[in-house]
Amino acid sequence: MNPQHKTGDVILAAENISLSFGGVKALTDISLDVREHELLSIIGPNGAGKSSMLNVINGVYHPQQGQVTWRGKPRGAIHPHEAARMGIARTFQNIALFKGMSVLDNIMTGRNLKMHANFLQQALWWGRAQREEMAQREKVEQIIDFLEIQAIRKTPVGRLPYGLQKRVELARAIAAEPTLLLLDEPMAGMNVEEKQDMCRFILDINDAFGTTIVLIEHDMGVVMDISDRVIVLDYGKKIGDGTPHDVRNNPDVIAAYLGTRH
Amino acid sequence: MEIASTPQQALPDTFPKYLLHHARVRPTRPALREKDLGIWQTLSWHDVEQEVRALALGLQSLGLGRGDRLAIIGDNRPRLYMSMLAAQCLGAIPVPLYQDAIASEMAFVLADAGAKIAVVEDQEQVDKLLEVEAQCPQLENIVYDDARGLRHYLNDKLHDIAEVLGSGRVLNDSKPQLFTELVAQSQAADMAIMLYTSGTTGTPKGVVHTHGSMVTTARNAAELEGLTEHEEVLAYLPMAWVGDNLFSYAQSLVTGFCVACPESSDTVMTDLREIGPTYYFAPPRVFENLLTQIMIRMEDASPIKHRLFHYFMEHARRVGTDILEGRPVGFWDRVGYRLGEALIYGPVKNVLGFSRLKLAYTAGEAIGPELFDFFRAIGINIKQLYGQTEAYVMVCVQANDKVRPDTVGVPAPGVEVKISDSGEVLFRGPGTFHSYWKREDATADTRTADGWVHTGDAGYFDDDGQLKIIDRAKDVGRLSDGSLFVPKLLENKLKFFQHIKEVVAFGDGRDFATAFINIDLSAVGSWAEKRGMAYTGYTDLAAQAPVYALLRECIEKMNRSLANDPRLAGSQIKRFLVLHKELDADDGELTRTRKVKRKFIAERYSSLINALYDGSHESAIDVEVKFEDGRSGRICATLSIMDAATFPGSAPLQNPSNKNLTDAREAA
Repeated sequence: MNPQHKTGDVILAAENISLSFGGVKALTDISLDVREHELLSIIGPNGAGKSSMLNVINGVYHPQQGQVTWRGKPRGAIHPHEAARMGIARTFQNIALFKGMSVLDNIMTGRNLKMHANFLQQALWWGRAQREEMAQREKVEQIIDFLEIQAIRKTPVGRLPYGLQKRVELARAIAAEPTLLLLDEPMAGMNVEEKQDMCRFILDINDAFGTTIVLIEHDMGVVMDISDRVIVLDYGKKIGDGTPHDVRNNPDVIAAYLGTRH
Repeated sequence: MEIASTPQQALPDTFPKYLLHHARVRPTRPALREKDLGIWQTLSWHDVEQEVRALALGLQSLGLGRGDRLAIIGDNRPRLYMSMLAAQCLGAIPVPLYQDAIASEMAFVLADAGAKIAVVEDQEQVDKLLEVEAQCPQLENIVYDDARGLRHYLNDKLHDIAEVLGSGRVLNDSKPQLFTELVAQSQAADMAIMLYTSGTTGTPKGVVHTHGSMVTTARNAAELEGLTEHEEVLAYLPMAWVGDNLFSYAQSLVTGFCVACPESSDTVMTDLREIGPTYYFAPPRVFENLLTQIMIRMEDASPIKHRLFHYFMEHARRVGTDILEGRPVGFWDRVGYRLGEALIYGPVKNVLGFSRLKLAYTAGEAIGPELFDFFRAIGINIKQLYGQTEAYVMVCVQANDKVRPDTVGVPAPGVEVKISDSGEVLFRGPGTFHSYWKREDATADTRTADGWVHTGDAGYFDDDGQLKIIDRAKDVGRLSDGSLFVPKLLENKLKFFQHIKEVVAFGDGRDFATAFINIDLSAVGSWAEKRGMAYTGYTDLAAQAPVYALLRECIEKMNRSLANDPRLAGSQIKRFLVLHKELDADDGELTRTRKVKRKFIAERYSSLINALYDGSHESAIDVEVKFEDGRSGRICATLSIMDAATFPGSAPLQNPSNKNLTDAREAA
């Protein structure tokens, strides 16, 4: 792994986030920041609060305490579509695509925010709608080329194997040209070869578009290989934050993963 | 070699001269197509000339000169084909490599050829070359076509092709005559390409051809089939393979037709349909896959479609071939065929991308009669040819009205073929190779002083004057009772069953014949699905008892048919097993053109072969495998061994009716 260009300013900062559902404390007093262009992984055992953290970042959950700051400005309680408009895109742990639509159409939905033609123009495919769709289609084709899914361009998503659906979901997320991309277990259930492909795509996205990526992943090998920084959660608390090397040698992290000897 | 001179004396004698010829005669005709961002983009002959000009001069600035070797590695991309041409314009020798070869295999070829520059497709290939950099000291520069992922590579050897094109354009602006002068220097006797043989035996050898042999062969073959500048072909087979070089490169340059490059290796089927080639080459396994796919999809079709399909296919089998070959057919049969064309054959051809197809070739392996009849019956003129890298493909080719599944046709124009006393096929003609690179000894072994080339294949001419190939001469053997054992023949017969993908037969010097089998995962998979059988993957499915029973049926069917042939009745397969992994070129079990490496497999799985002959019912195996990323791991499994019924022969075993067949063995 290379680059010197990397890591710019903090673009998203979460301060003292606490989130609970009834009596269940999902997140307790968590602070973290995400720096521009970095590839940040969040790891932790099941139920550690990783997905909850992503959900807080893109506005699905609203924490009872704490403050999220986006590009230096404190952010109130927002909805996911507002987060999308800010430039935050994500993929889901369980794939959330339109199964009956083709790969191409699914990725086109990722361009929704970039289209401005009104309903009537779109229904008639006339004027602005036509011009826009052609421009957007070109962008989408670039993404298709980037993620090497040309062969399935016209295939309905429901007919694709799991690994490819994951890739289509990634395609739709980057179609929004996000500043910050949240990936929730993009490699779950994949074989070694598929994982390798996915790693390469994630690194390439990070490298080619400078997209900041926050990744949740269970495969330690993958996380340690591709991340610039790793944050470790356990029972809703942050127990580690640093380079892969630091985190691997952090006694708290080792204890959380391997258990301590008392 | 004397070749009858063609009336058009003005025709160019080298590929660079042909390029200038086309740029002058048909500047606006399409030469190369490539799909970019979902849209087919076309380069005219004028565009190609401009691009090759810049590329050639750019490569010259990087130090490529007359006699140097330029390695070319990647999928079929226009830029790679143009690099080949650019090298030839400089008088350098292009050396295309198999793009899926692992780094160590590439290192051998690069070092053996002494390649000075490599033009490669993308990061994947760059990574492989950098891995073996130390083993190839002569490799001074690596030029890549697709810059993706290479931004942070800090190696002085690496150059973006855009940079090379740029420096070439600058040079061309200052010396506009330079390129034309270089092209004028090219001569028919110059070495024009080096193609490495797949190497079923020993290390690969670089087969060198001259412009003269390639141009003449390509032109003869084009004239034979009446190919014109209006053909369209899809270049999808490895560039390192001689067939691709002839069909997608040389013939395009001698006739001026258009070559389309697939968008990616996974999209070939879609691209084929969009391009609708008029001229097509595919090895038998590709046609086999197509047929399997059609059959699987027809199984799932609605009952009406299903019945229509089978009704009209029956009709086509009866009269289709006669109609194709212009023999008299009754009026109502013709009407029926027309109706079938509208309802079934037309749509099937359309789905396959064969609607405009005038001519399809197949070669390399035997093709099943059913397969052959299917495609000819629906009106596709598929023919067999017999070729070798050493002959620049063309040794024998079938005439339009004399196409049979079990022969490979009559000698190609200008080629002489004879059978040696030992039963080996020899040829001589305009396409004969120049030499093996730096291997005078091997050249002399293969080519006699008067120009005859040993093919290493055992074969004979049938009554019709068509050549029949039996097997590699050295593979033809005998069972311990003296009866003939031709492994390839058994393997081919079995491979014609749709559930079987690959077979390796054993029996030379043994009491009876046995076989390793690879199932066809998609065909057996859908068969298993219909029966509600659960399986996790190849290894699991291959080991299941119903699958074994299915394969036993296939083998017994073959044994029954062998029993009718007195020469082969002895080589019925008595015992078999299904391998736990698919034979793979990465593990050295197949060549890059997917031919089985018999000797290697026999050594690697010797314990399994022993188990086939010692009567045991299962055997454990533990072998190392290589993954696509170059790492290796181990697969171990316990394989069961099954007996198959054999049938009594209809005639005495040792009464060979054909002298050549028995002689074939002595050639070994």
